[in-house]
Amino acid sequence: MSGKEYRTITDVKGPLVFLNKTEPVAFGEIVTIRLADGSTKNGQVLDTSDDLVIVQVFEGTAKINRESGVTFMGDVFKLPVSTELIGRILDGAGRPRDGGPSIVADENADIIGAAINPYSRQSPHDFIQTGISAIDCCTTLVRGQKLPIFSASGLPHNDIALQIARQAKLKGSDEEFIVVFCAMGITAEEYNFFRSDLERTGALENAVLFVNLADDPAVERIITPRLALTAAEYLAFEKDYHVLVIYTDMTNYCDALRQIGAAREEVPGRRGYPGYMYTDLAMLYERAGIVKGKKGSITQFPILTMPGDDITHPIPDLSGYITEGQIVISRELHQQGIYPPINVLPSLSRLMGSCIGEKTTREDHKSVSDQMYAAYAQGRELRGLVAIVGEDALNERDKQLLDFSGVFEDKFLRQTRDEDRSIEETLDLCWNLMSSIDTKYLVRLDQKWIEKYHPENKE
Amino acid sequence: MSNEGVIYRISGPVVTATGMNAAMYDVVRVGDEGLMGEVIELHGDKAVIQVYEDTSGIRPGEPVLNTEETLSVSLGPGLLTQIYDGIQRPLATLEEVMGVFITRGVDADAFDLEKKWTFEAVVAKGDDVASGQVIGHVQETETIVHKIMVPPGKSGKVKSIKSGDFNVTETVCTLDDGSDLQMMQKWPVRSPRPFRQKYAPDTPLVTGMRILDFLFPLAKGGAAGIPGPFGSGKTVTQQSLAKYSDAQLVVYIGCGERGNEMTEVLDEFPHLIDPNTGKPLMNRTVMIANTSNMPVAAREASVYTGITIAEYFRDMGYDVALMADSTSRWAEAMREISSRLEEMPGEEGYPAYLSSRIAEFYERAGRVETLNGDDGSVTVIGAVSPPGGDISEPVSQGTLRIVKVFWGLDAGLARQRHFPAINWLNSYSLYPQSLDQWFRDNISQDFPEIRTQISGLLQIESELQEIVQLVGSDALPVDQQLTLEVARMIREFFLQQNGFHEVDAYCDINLQYKMAKAILSFQEAAKSAMASGAQLNDVVNIPARTDLMRGRFEKGYINEIDSMVTAMTDEIANTVEGN
Repeated sequence: MSGKEYRTITDVKGPLVFLNKTEPVAFGEIVTIRLADGSTKNGQVLDTSDDLVIVQVFEGTAKINRESGVTFMGDVFKLPVSTELIGRILDGAGRPRDGGPSIVADENADIIGAAINPYSRQSPHDFIQTGISAIDCCTTLVRGQKLPIFSASGLPHNDIALQIARQAKLKGSDEEFIVVFCAMGITAEEYNFFRSDLERTGALENAVLFVNLADDPAVERIITPRLALTAAEYLAFEKDYHVLVIYTDMTNYCDALRQIGAAREEVPGRRGYPGYMYTDLAMLYERAGIVKGKKGSITQFPILTMPGDDITHPIPDLSGYITEGQIVISRELHQQGIYPPINVLPSLSRLMGSCIGEKTTREDHKSVSDQMYAAYAQGRELRGLVAIVGEDALNERDKQLLDFSGVFEDKFLRQTRDEDRSIEETLDLCWNLMSSIDTKYLVRLDQKWIEKYHPENKE
Repeated sequence: MSNEGVIYRISGPVVTATGMNAAMYDVVRVGDEGLMGEVIELHGDKAVIQVYEDTSGIRPGEPVLNTEETLSVSLGPGLLTQIYDGIQRPLATLEEVMGVFITRGVDADAFDLEKKWTFEAVVAKGDDVASGQVIGHVQETETIVHKIMVPPGKSGKVKSIKSGDFNVTETVCTLDDGSDLQMMQKWPVRSPRPFRQKYAPDTPLVTGMRILDFLFPLAKGGAAGIPGPFGSGKTVTQQSLAKYSDAQLVVYIGCGERGNEMTEVLDEFPHLIDPNTGKPLMNRTVMIANTSNMPVAAREASVYTGITIAEYFRDMGYDVALMADSTSRWAEAMREISSRLEEMPGEEGYPAYLSSRIAEFYERAGRVETLNGDDGSVTVIGAVSPPGGDISEPVSQGTLRIVKVFWGLDAGLARQRHFPAINWLNSYSLYPQSLDQWFRDNISQDFPEIRTQISGLLQIESELQEIVQLVGSDALPVDQQLTLEVARMIREFFLQQNGFHEVDAYCDINLQYKMAKAILSFQEAAKSAMASGAQLNDVVNIPARTDLMRGRFEKGYINEIDSMVTAMTDEIANTVEGN
């Protein structure tokens, strides 16, 4: 079938091209469209029947007309993968963007990716130290986890992602991550920021970049993360690397999904996003993990900006139902000049329980984390009360908690962009800060840890 | 027309075939690879098929073969301890055949067809046997006897029957009409299995979770919905129920949820001990795991696969509990298929038949008189994941209209690390009336009254809290301050329960009663001490109360609690000046 060129386009609508009467075309097959000037565009079959074929064009449908020639390539979308990918920069459709040669394929991998058999998965349990106290102590990252950053426009999520990419390591090991970076619809400026930072720190040599910028075709964004994950799977499960996948910005991805849905005149779900968005996102997020019998792993760090800072918006909402927790960036903290402005209260790591404790981090981690969280939560709540009744109305305990919430933000959350705190430093810092509260109010701390770690008892 | 047609159109998981003699819900094999699908619509010569596997690369013109069977599950010895995907393919077998990634076009038997089971006949030659009658026993696991039943619709006089070791496809019994009975039977998943009649539930499903058993009990044979936003603990609650509820069998459906979470269950369950029998939990469990990235049509089928298995064990006279996590993903699968069919949507893009499908599903729960006159039940507990936690959406509403128990999870409580994060003010159970007699007979005569007192205190607390928000608690009269203190004790000592704590995770129902009584004893003693001039602060801060509250994390608490309560009331009495 491949090779034969059809000139049977009937309709072009948004990113979609409709063709009449062809030979049988496979669902998901790759398509090349040749324009009058000899240039070509790529697409994929979305719907196929004896009478009508619908093609989604990745590069936009500009200049396509009824005379354009359409060739079906006889295969579904595949990415050539090999270890040569490491250190390369590719565009959103997988072509070199760094002026380098094409990738010599070790194999061609289907980008849709198959689901990991839940029975073949291995529970993630290796603690990743990010060097950021708020994350390491309160929303601990585990190798094989998918932990998104819920952010919003104008917040420093990119800095945090880069800091994690630079500093992430397995405790007590020098083993480095391969970073697969996937940009979807970000600005050239943001991209340059990422690239120059990766270059400056030498991390680029251990990274693969897939880049679709804001002025690149929106539809291409649908495949960009799939390419990135296909590369990640190859490196992790064929070549034993530990891979950290950062993708930014999922909101642009979902908007592209909505755009195609609208062009197909599909019945929309909430806020115009397609009803299958949950499944579609799951097909990306669920490609994180560790499988039995393979050495490598995929850890995912998706970044999404919540439209209008609204955590109930369909994009963060559906993501939250799939991912194993979330790290929430707060505008309020950012405006107070605190970096990283992570609000630990709505943040969560579902897999944290499996990776902290005596054997992995430290025996007092759980206790400390619970107490820090509880004291900060109560302190924050008291701020509201103080606004009404004044600080004098508080009792001794409440005053201490109120003061603690300030210290928590100023000393515990705040760190510099290149400050890499070990988990021991983080936990010791917690003990130091908590010592400003009377021990009798620290009800979530085990007595034995107080005896061992409290600064008063340490001398 | 033959039973073979050709593909006309492919749109994602929906395939249209022509030239095939098809009936609704026939199972078909699609394309050269023979992908499994099910006919869901007919238009003249065209049959619309939902395919349970990925359809990339399939072309129009490829063949479609109609098996002329409806989507069915295999039922027989070997079901227990299995882990299936949505269409009853064992995941372990799929791993052997396909490796760690789930590819397609692979068929797998639901259980080992070759394994020999020891069949022990319980009827003899010449006996008349009716539909559903038990003809023999197989000790399937240490705790569960698998009863071999005459399939519904068959009956007659036994011509021959033999005990011994057989595999599930060998004939163990022949009836005089010539029909051979094997240990395995099949049943179409979309049809409820027959029974004689439904009874009103009168026994609680004891879960070991205090807030559920004590305040919002669920009956064996009842249905409950657990809606909650992400991070509020739906899955942890469902898993606790699967671990500790006193059902004899558990069917756990992971429907469109996280892969790593299923793995956690798969890792954990084989090592857990059933508190009611002392045997491994896996022995009484069947699991269905169709994670969010597995094919969406199989996700739609998974809840039916699960409930059919549950009904089968019910027919043996067992009490079965089924957990579906999450029914919202099932509803979304329906929505996805419906939109591919270009059906006119109802609310939020869901098909107009959403609420009737939900109702039909929950109606398959119930306590019944089985065909063989036994008493069995299926209890259904469905998690709901409302977008943004807002339960005004169609799936939550469709569920609440039909279930009698509502356990509302609350993001605010989860954020305060109050677990289980079930909101005691808006949750409800309509079962207390039918269950109170059981509680009176089996736990204590005054059980319902104690419950009313406890929930009354929580209600008063919420009213008082509104005032406290404005003026601070010091402005309240001391008796109301005491009420707040008692309510705090209910929340922290009674309602909060650590699902991961070795001891606290499961609380015996008798102990629950004692703990509730202990709180009321505190209130009583404090009141009378304060009437004699004791200070609230002194009463609240007595060490014996702390000991009582901490005691729940220790083994053997149930034997200690009475003396701890006595110690507490004595100490409270001592706080009165001059004593």
